[in-house]
Amino acid sequence: MAEKVLMKGNEAIAEAAIRSGLKCYFGYPITPQNEIPAYMAAHLTKKGGTFIQAESEIAAINMVYGASCTGARAMTSSSSPGISLKQEGISYLVGAKLPAVIVNIMRGGPGLGNIAPSQADYFQSVKGGGHGDYRMIVYTPETVQEAADLTMKAFDKADEYRNPVLILGDAILGQMMEPLIFKEPSGRTFDKSSWKLGNRKDRPSHLINSLSLSEGVVEEWNWELKKKFDLMTEKEMMVEEYLTDDADLVFVAYGTSARICRAVVNQSRKEGYKTGLIRPITVWPFPSDVISKCTRKTKDFFVVEMSLGQMIEDVKLAVLGRASIHFHGRPGGGIPAEPDIMKQLKEIMKK
Amino acid sequence: MKKVYERNNIALDMPSPYCPGCGHGIIHRMVMDAIKEVGQADNTIFMAPVGCSILAYTYLDLDVCQPAHGRTPAAATGVKRALPDSLVVLYQGDGDLAAIGTAEIVHAVNRGENITAVFVNNAIYGMTGGQMAPTTLEGQRATTCPEGRNPMLGQGYPIRVCELLQSLRGLYYAERTSVHDAKNVLKTRKAIKKGIENQMAKKGFSFIEVLSPCPVNWGMTPRKALEYVEKEMAAYYPLGEFKVDGKIV
Ligand SMILES: Cc1ncc(C[n+]2csc(CCOP(=O)(O)OP(=O)(O)O)c2C)c(N)n1
Repeated sequence: MAEKVLMKGNEAIAEAAIRSGLKCYFGYPITPQNEIPAYMAAHLTKKGGTFIQAESEIAAINMVYGASCTGARAMTSSSSPGISLKQEGISYLVGAKLPAVIVNIMRGGPGLGNIAPSQADYFQSVKGGGHGDYRMIVYTPETVQEAADLTMKAFDKADEYRNPVLILGDAILGQMMEPLIFKEPSGRTFDKSSWKLGNRKDRPSHLINSLSLSEGVVEEWNWELKKKFDLMTEKEMMVEEYLTDDADLVFVAYGTSARICRAVVNQSRKEGYKTGLIRPITVWPFPSDVISKCTRKTKDFFVVEMSLGQMIEDVKLAVLGRASIHFHGRPGGGIPAEPDIMKQLKEIMKK
Repeated sequence: MKKVYERNNIALDMPSPYCPGCGHGIIHRMVMDAIKEVGQADNTIFMAPVGCSILAYTYLDLDVCQPAHGRTPAAATGVKRALPDSLVVLYQGDGDLAAIGTAEIVHAVNRGENITAVFVNNAIYGMTGGQMAPTTLEGQRATTCPEGRNPMLGQGYPIRVCELLQSLRGLYYAERTSVHDAKNVLKTRKAIKKGIENQMAKKGFSFIEVLSPCPVNWGMTPRKALEYVEKEMAAYYPLGEFKVDGKIV
């Protein structure tokens, strides 16, 4: 049976991708995700796949575009500045209806920032980033195990919807070592014969593009895309609710911040405070309904992020003034500290 | 009766999207002929650029991939690595290849990707309405250099792309041709065919630069534009081979 292994988050993502049938990986070095390309160079090529160290993140995402056109499972990874460079390509992937998996192991910004963990690319990940009306599923793993599991899922969802899927982690997730067990990949197969390029026999030619200058065509196709985004919203939202049933205050946090909040929930409960945690596993689609429902019994929400506050806007939209929202954020590579959150929690609970 | 001309069935029965006197149509035709002659129509992936020839798909009966502006060599790399036995033909204009996409073409060549590139140098940005291109000649007018390109004003010098790529070891074959008259059209035809045969023989990167007229954006009659290619462009961009069998000529 599957055995327990000890791995860094970055390596677990890479290994899970290879197990998911990844054929082509393209990337450009940037800390703190360098273990991913290194793992691919060492292991993917041995499995007959392609690894290229591209000349830039722009080239890498466009190599993904090309490989995906042929029906091959393709992937790239980077960290914040590099992900900024990929935004045009991500928009094109959506526009051309191409599956792809993209990993962002976030670091402090803006600009070159630093190589410390951060969650400051939330807006970029869920509110567009690139141009045009588009959406993509964004997974935010909390543990190395979950990073591996969600990577496997990401490949299936990319193929199912013919849309890029983003895995959003941070330097802590990428660098920390944890034990995990690789699950069996789903084994789902996707028929791409109606659109993929190459090996054409007795079929009309196929075109992968995202342009039409004829009147109304691009509008029509945006409405088509919307149907897909609506379906994702309906079916793909993932969230964990931890001890929310009797909670007077509910934390909302994802990824590393959620890990920290979980510890605060456990400690504060020992001290007699009834707290809970809503942890979005997908930040798009966002668990708005879960938060909204929670306002019936909870009147205090406490958002914790490794940024100046980005997801908090989506929490506000879900709460719609029916409860108070509190915030603790650390930008630029700062990591929220449990004692600081606990102190702020106690002040809130005093009122 | 002997048939002397036949429509290439890779061309769909559609009107050409190009302006009168434009070189893209004739160059497309030669690419299609070469693909047909080697019997690879079913196995070809045509990599369109962003530029006037983005519209190639409207009448090419081939599988076509259209990536972002300038990124076609990177996307072609992805296609070719995923499907090494397919015939991958890269087709780019001068803005696409020698300005926004300079890094991608240099590195695709440097990796020695086994693909065939047709680079259409018309010394101007056609699709966006006649702006200065990296290959616009000194003194040549464009909407963004209305007095004529002047390197002394910081507008840079026209880039000779074959010469630039020549030193890269990944380049197997490079030739610059022109379509200003019948003789040179035939030379272009041969060069494109050779580039495609090289790919089928897995030789590496083949690069064919074609000097081509853009009468509308140059503000010339088609005949004058052909003269301009011959007298002005070919004088600055020497025609001929730059690399053969991986060796500098
Ligand atoms: C990122 C981006 N920047 C700018 C453009 C606008 N644009 C479209 S085609 C083009 C230039 C095309 O010129 P060239 O490559 O010389 O080809 P031609 O049209 O002359 O054949 C530009 C600047 C774009 N589509 N994408």
